[in-house]
Amino acid sequence: MNLSKVSSDKLLPVLFILPSIVAIGIFVYGFISWTGYVSFSNWNTLTPDLSFAGLKNYLFLFNDYRFQSGMRNTLFFTLFFIIGVLGLGFFLATFIDSNIKGESFFRNIFLFPMALSFVVTGVVWQWLLNPSTGVNLLLASLGFESVPRWYIDTTILFSFPLGQIQFGIPIALLSVVIAAVWQMTGFSLAMYLAGLRAIPEEVKEAARVDGATEFQIYRKVIFPILMPITVSIIIIMGHISLKIFDLIYAMTGSGSNFVTDVPGVYMFETTFRGNFFGHGAAIAMIMLLLVAVVIVPYLIVSRKGDS
Amino acid sequence: MLKKIRLGRVLVYLILAMMTIFFLMPIYVMLITSVKPLAEVSLDRMWELPSTVSFEAYGYAFERLYPNLLNTIYLVVPATLISALLGSLNGYVISKWKFKGSDWIFTAILFGMFIPYQSILIPLIQFLQSIGLYNSIPGLILVHVVYGIPITTLIFRNFYANIPTELLEAAKIDGAGFLGIYRYVMFPLSISGFVVVCIWQFTNIWNEFLFAVSITSSGSQPVMVALQNLSGSQIVHWNVQMAGALLAALPTLLIYILVGKYFVRGLLAGSVKG
Repeated sequence: MNLSKVSSDKLLPVLFILPSIVAIGIFVYGFISWTGYVSFSNWNTLTPDLSFAGLKNYLFLFNDYRFQSGMRNTLFFTLFFIIGVLGLGFFLATFIDSNIKGESFFRNIFLFPMALSFVVTGVVWQWLLNPSTGVNLLLASLGFESVPRWYIDTTILFSFPLGQIQFGIPIALLSVVIAAVWQMTGFSLAMYLAGLRAIPEEVKEAARVDGATEFQIYRKVIFPILMPITVSIIIIMGHISLKIFDLIYAMTGSGSNFVTDVPGVYMFETTFRGNFFGHGAAIAMIMLLLVAVVIVPYLIVSRKGDS
Repeated sequence: MLKKIRLGRVLVYLILAMMTIFFLMPIYVMLITSVKPLAEVSLDRMWELPSTVSFEAYGYAFERLYPNLLNTIYLVVPATLISALLGSLNGYVISKWKFKGSDWIFTAILFGMFIPYQSILIPLIQFLQSIGLYNSIPGLILVHVVYGIPITTLIFRNFYANIPTELLEAAKIDGAGFLGIYRYVMFPLSISGFVVVCIWQFTNIWNEFLFAVSITSSGSQPVMVALQNLSGSQIVHWNVQMAGALLAALPTLLIYILVGKYFVRGLLAGSVKG
């Protein structure tokens, strides 16, 4: 149904939404274009210099030790973060959905970190994973001889030289992953729980009657139904992790030897602390490109699903 | 068979209990550390309960954060209300008054909520400087209202999609127009939509850090920036940091405890399809 077809006032609705369209047009698309322009300029000083620099800023970044470290860290952070959030969220949702007592109690406990600021999470976990206190005290009292050095650790696992950097898994990054999973698991839990609740009991019952084991029911019935939800979670969490800034800025910063650095932190520091606006703009454009690759297909597909 | 099921049950509860400890651990440390007297704050006694409860740390943290807490309140309240109203009108148009290209415009608007804000930060600051709103609360309000448009529009659009169009047709036959229908039909039905959007925007704007730290410097900084400064400071004891973190988190935590159901609805709405 479409009201405006039978309506005489077609103009008024457009008039009401126009300010928002103009605002988004300027603040999102206009500003992105301007950032793109800056990224091709020589503006790497306090005073703006918008003369054309070609790909200079991008080429600088591609050969830059810090930027390469940040890209490596983003890759592994995204990977472990998504695996953690998906896995933990799915298991917790399954447990909570299995007719347990205190269902709402557990749900509330696992969801509350979602209401916190990444800054708060960063401040607290910085102390919990501080190598000389926090979790390590518990590990030591359990009898562990050597305790992890958490975000101080500069080891890079399975590393080999690539470009300027050692490519591999930075151990320090796992501390940030733990904090991020702690905070964001509530999202996948809520999504999965909504999905599990929408599966009619008869469907599972029918599979049981056919002689399917619990494992088969999951593999053949529940997993396929939850697939679209899983894709949504991966995309939402993936784009959050590609642009992550506050958690790392508050918890560890870029770390020694940039073991916990990410493009979001690099962009902020080089632009607003170092006045390298051209470099900052180029980092921002690369971040935008990475997010767009994930988000644009998602938006187009969900738009089609709507109509 | 019965035994097997019981064993499975026990295992489920055991895992849930362990995860509960994991999720509450930070809150426990925050709480006990923040009420420790200064003399008992030592790194190797982090997990021990305090011998006496002291509000020394809260006093100091509150003194440090008070101006910034006020800034955040001046920011959050108007920004939340304006962006909710704007989202409601946009959602009304996009769900019930579709025009040529409105679906594409909606998709283009939605993209705005996924972008890394780093990609608009440099022009945004130049723009705010040129209109004299840089380093000011009104400037931050403007920013949060504009970049709140996608999510508030989305939540209201999905909300209004569930209101039957026949209801609007009936109002139309009674002579109501675009505004009349909004005023007398949609708005009164939107209360729970407004609750969801307001809670979502309140929580997000309260917790936001990137805009806050890049647009404001001393004087107009919101509480999260002040908290980050507090924790970065070498001379501030960590019980004060914990008390500060808890103070800064309290409003959104309280909202979650009181009306968590609506918060989760906003959370799920963020996945576009809702």
